[in-house]
Amino acid sequence: MNLSDPLKISYRNLVAAKFRSFLTILGIVIGIASVIIIMAIGTSAQELILNQIRGVGSNLIGVLPGASEEKGPPASALGVVITTLKYGDFKALMEKSNVPDAVSGAVYLSGNDTVQFQGINKNYTYQGTTYGYVETENATVANGRFFTKDEDTSLARIAVLGSSVADDLFGNTIDPIGKKIKIGDQSFDVVGVFAERGSAAFSNQDTTIYMPIYTAQKIMLGVDYLNYLRIKVDSETNIDRAKADVITTLRERHDIDNPEDDDFSVRDQQTGLDVINNVTGAIKYFLAAIAAVSLLVGGIGIMNTMLISVNQRIREVGLRKAIGAKNAAILLQFLVESIVVTLIGGVAGILLGVIVAGIAALIIQKLGYAWPFVVTLPSILVAVGISFFVGIFFGIYPARKAAKLNVVEALRYE
Amino acid sequence: MLISIKNLCKEYDNEGVVTKALCGASFDIKAGEFVAIMGPSGSGKSTLMQLLGFLDRPTGGRYFFEGKDTKNFTDDQLAYFRNQKIGFVFQAFNLLPRTTVYENVELPLIYNEKSDSQAKIKERVQSALRSVGLEERMYNFSNQLSGGEQQRVAIARALVNDPALILADEPTGNLDSKNGLQIMKILQSLNNEGRTIVMVTHETYTSEHAKRIISMLDGTIVKDELVKRRRIADKEKGLLK
Repeated sequence: MNLSDPLKISYRNLVAAKFRSFLTILGIVIGIASVIIIMAIGTSAQELILNQIRGVGSNLIGVLPGASEEKGPPASALGVVITTLKYGDFKALMEKSNVPDAVSGAVYLSGNDTVQFQGINKNYTYQGTTYGYVETENATVANGRFFTKDEDTSLARIAVLGSSVADDLFGNTIDPIGKKIKIGDQSFDVVGVFAERGSAAFSNQDTTIYMPIYTAQKIMLGVDYLNYLRIKVDSETNIDRAKADVITTLRERHDIDNPEDDDFSVRDQQTGLDVINNVTGAIKYFLAAIAAVSLLVGGIGIMNTMLISVNQRIREVGLRKAIGAKNAAILLQFLVESIVVTLIGGVAGILLGVIVAGIAALIIQKLGYAWPFVVTLPSILVAVGISFFVGIFFGIYPARKAAKLNVVEALRYE
Repeated sequence: MLISIKNLCKEYDNEGVVTKALCGASFDIKAGEFVAIMGPSGSGKSTLMQLLGFLDRPTGGRYFFEGKDTKNFTDDQLAYFRNQKIGFVFQAFNLLPRTTVYENVELPLIYNEKSDSQAKIKERVQSALRSVGLEERMYNFSNQLSGGEQQRVAIARALVNDPALILADEPTGNLDSKNGLQIMKILQSLNNEGRTIVMVTHETYTSEHAKRIISMLDGTIVKDELVKRRRIADKEKGLLK
């Protein structure tokens, strides 16, 4: 008794009831494919976001207003506006005596409004920032200039455009530098255009307009706070020391004695990566778990089919036992059959899943995202493993039922 | 002695109602005999045959096969004996559909404990089919054959493991007289070659092809005698019923 015989029998029975086998296998295909697709798309999305954060540079410290858990999302992500972080804080952090390791920094305050140029009317996000932005973000001004330190606080109505904004408003023929555009009801001079940069985590930098921080605060928004600020440290090894300096400086400025009263949070890129990783990972596995429910349904389909198959072959089982098949041989025969069904379904599901995830990646790449097409070996192994165990788990009951049939009754069964 | 049964009993317990299907059966069968077990339906002949073929266990009495007491055999040992010692021929043929003649005959070899080489298996299947005259139908599907041919395939399947005993349960029951006669011819020639055959039938005419008839009624053996004027299938034109 070897495995080739049960395999041959399984093949024959699957072929004999083609449509039924197809439907049974389809249940598994859908389950496995959904797990693969969701894992692949989830991993790609995760990689996309993480790559963008990594692209910013690993020697950055971010300061957000409001306290937050180390690994949790910041308060601002939940839609709460906290106004405790001011331009004065940034000025203090840039003092060599406070944070000696800081080489540059930038503040961020965003809003959005209608932008007009020669009859073109479009809504854009704008960002108030400081002259250190270019160095801090490793950005390149392709045309014109960025603003100066003096302009940060001079209320100058000048703007530097993201590359897409410049394309939208001016096309290829007009040089944007020196042109006047209206943002809301304010007139701005365009002084520079960024080189194309692609999108970062949650915003597209190419479709953003940049202006000096005071201009954004006082002329556009009428507020005195910042959304967040970033400090660039001279080297990665000094990150922890610089973080400590930032915290000390801010506590002093905000009159905080007890660390639990902190009204700001300081993060470096690694904690940011950890947060994103945790959140996206949780979403990915949650979705995969939902997809796995369809595998359960597929498994029940297999059990049902196998029970029908056992009932249709009671006489055959009787005969096989009569001519000397042991219970274990009958058990093996039916178990192999359900495993074959799930493995065929598993392999087809993997192929389908990879193809669908690949097509999705192509479409998303066409939309302009640097979307990596990732199908990990573990997700394939897990899929094969799951289908194997679904086969055993849902096949064992029908197989045992067949193996335990009484020979005499089985032979007499009509 | 090939078979020796003493006071063999089989009771069926159906939800508290106990039916005695077989009671106090005793006889010996020597190697080379051709025994017919005769009786009307309900006489216990099928039960006796199931016990002799290790398909079921007796509820009382002893059963010695080749001198071995089979009382404490495990399920797997019984399966081993069915595979190695018994060749079954059923009334309804019981061939696997959508399966070739070759694969049907090969089936008992698949469940052999020690597996033979493919060449050896083929040789044994061919030789079994040759002895029932169906070697040329080897690669036909079983459902493409006539009833008589199907029963001959079943006999080949019973022979392939070279068993000590062939158990035939109403082997001519589903056949017309011509095909039935051919089956009897084959069984007689197998017996002439020295094979032991036990055949269950309710037809007196068919039973007279055996050398000895054990008659049963209501679960007991009422008569056990040698056939005085044995019918020889070779010299008959058709199997009268």
